[in-house]
Amino acid sequence: MTLDAGSAHDNLAVEVTGLRADIAGSSILQGIDLQVPTGGVTALLGRNGVGKTTTLRALLGLVPASGTVRILGRDVAGWPTHKIVRLGVGYVPEDRDVFARLTVRENLRLAESVASPRYARVYELFPELAQRSRQFAGTLSGGQQQMLAIGRVLLNDWPLLLIDEPTKGLSPLFVTEVVDVLQRLGTACSVLMVEQNVHVVRKLASQVIVLDRGRIVHAGHADDLGEENLVRRLLGVSGA
Amino acid sequence: MSTFIAITVSGLALGAVYFLVASGLSLIYGLMDVLNFAHGVFLTLGAYAGWAVASRLPAATNSAAAFALTACAATACGAAIAAATELVLIRPLYRRPVGQILVTIGLDLALVGLLLGVFGSNSRTIAVPAWLTSVTRLGSERIPNGDFVALGAGVAVLTVLTWFLHRTRYGIIIRAGAENRDMVRALGINVGRAFTLVFTVGGAAAGLAGLLNSVVFNGALIDPEQGDELLIFAFIVVVIGGLGSIAGSAIAAVLVGLVQVYVGFYAGSGAGLAQLGNISVVLFLAMVLLVRPRGLLGRTA
Repeated sequence: MTLDAGSAHDNLAVEVTGLRADIAGSSILQGIDLQVPTGGVTALLGRNGVGKTTTLRALLGLVPASGTVRILGRDVAGWPTHKIVRLGVGYVPEDRDVFARLTVRENLRLAESVASPRYARVYELFPELAQRSRQFAGTLSGGQQQMLAIGRVLLNDWPLLLIDEPTKGLSPLFVTEVVDVLQRLGTACSVLMVEQNVHVVRKLASQVIVLDRGRIVHAGHADDLGEENLVRRLLGVSGA
Repeated sequence: MSTFIAITVSGLALGAVYFLVASGLSLIYGLMDVLNFAHGVFLTLGAYAGWAVASRLPAATNSAAAFALTACAATACGAAIAAATELVLIRPLYRRPVGQILVTIGLDLALVGLLLGVFGSNSRTIAVPAWLTSVTRLGSERIPNGDFVALGAGVAVLTVLTWFLHRTRYGIIIRAGAENRDMVRALGINVGRAFTLVFTVGGAAAGLAGLLNSVVFNGALIDPEQGDELLIFAFIVVVIGGLGSIAGSAIAAVLVGLVQVYVGFYAGSGAGLAQLGNISVVLFLAMVLLVRPRGLLGRTA
């Protein structure tokens, strides 16, 4: 199932065909075909354990997978992760994955990929990171760690961002702040975002893809989430 | 009192040599989760490289520069062998920890066997400057100059390693990789290069330790199996200090060196008590693990 986002490869930031991934003997992804258009936010939704995070990790080569994966116009199947990232892919993982025993400044320094990393932008959006630059990341709150995880990708101008559950476990105040930043990012690059919060998806995404048990069961415009029955059937939650 | 000072300096020097060996083991395990049983033969090869260079220097050469050259050869040899080991043997076995352990054990056995075949089991003597084997008087006490050299080398390596790990980008990569290698990769960093670098740095320190151990504690004698003997104590130091912690290794190395020397000198001089110093180290390990199962500064599992 694919999105109606133009037929030319050039219009696609990500194009995946027949993506399969097995973890510990379980078939997590069972032949996924998906397309992410260039520009805007595409949301990847689904119930817990259906393979959303595995999809992002498979795109980055972090889990063994088979199938065809084209990212930013290059066939990257079998590439090592660092090489895929260097094509221009920023990644914000689930649960932040900041380096707890490194300071905030060291976490950011590690993420520098260009000659002139954009610290001004990071500190403008998240001034708290500047104030806490010498603090160990493991001592930050969940919201501050999420700022750091997003701040790492903001240092560079990535054409494509893979973002995994950016609002998970955050207080409403932080959710608003993170959504605001992601809205700005969505205007500047292509974003494939895993998100469970339907309200956040409605606010950010132009396209939605729904996964269920390792397969794509719906792909379309974000407006589709306005259909209560669809949301209840595919995600098991109320969309109200 | 004066004997106590000399014994203490000797214990600190022994601790410095242990640290040189343990720092590499700890770095390698911390970043790569590899228990490198070939580390002992890196020491031995470093000592043999030092011997090879020292024996080719003119007999009249009796200077610090000559010994520095010998030490450089030992360090370079350890680094080169370690880098080759990582690139050729360890790299194809990433994500196969049992295979990595087996290959390092196999490499150790093969290289020790090779050294025995080439040089025989008889010890050889490294030519060292006379000043290195003489003593310095501190009041009424005579401290071997070799102790000061080993101590200086240990402090220098600890200083450089600390600076490297905290002030350079590769150092930060190594510390981050010890926490979460996948995330380092996901930042576009080639972790494989860090793996090679860590092995090389660890091998360099091991090569230097092999030479210093021979010169300071073994009467300048080297033999093909000396590295494996030292490796046992280095593993104990790494476990006491906490796997993956350089600071922990430094503290543990000093403690182990002091315990071994104090017990060996004060309680191990009687007949049948020669090994008491070594046994005390094992008891010390057991005590530390009972109180702190993760070691002194080990990371949480």
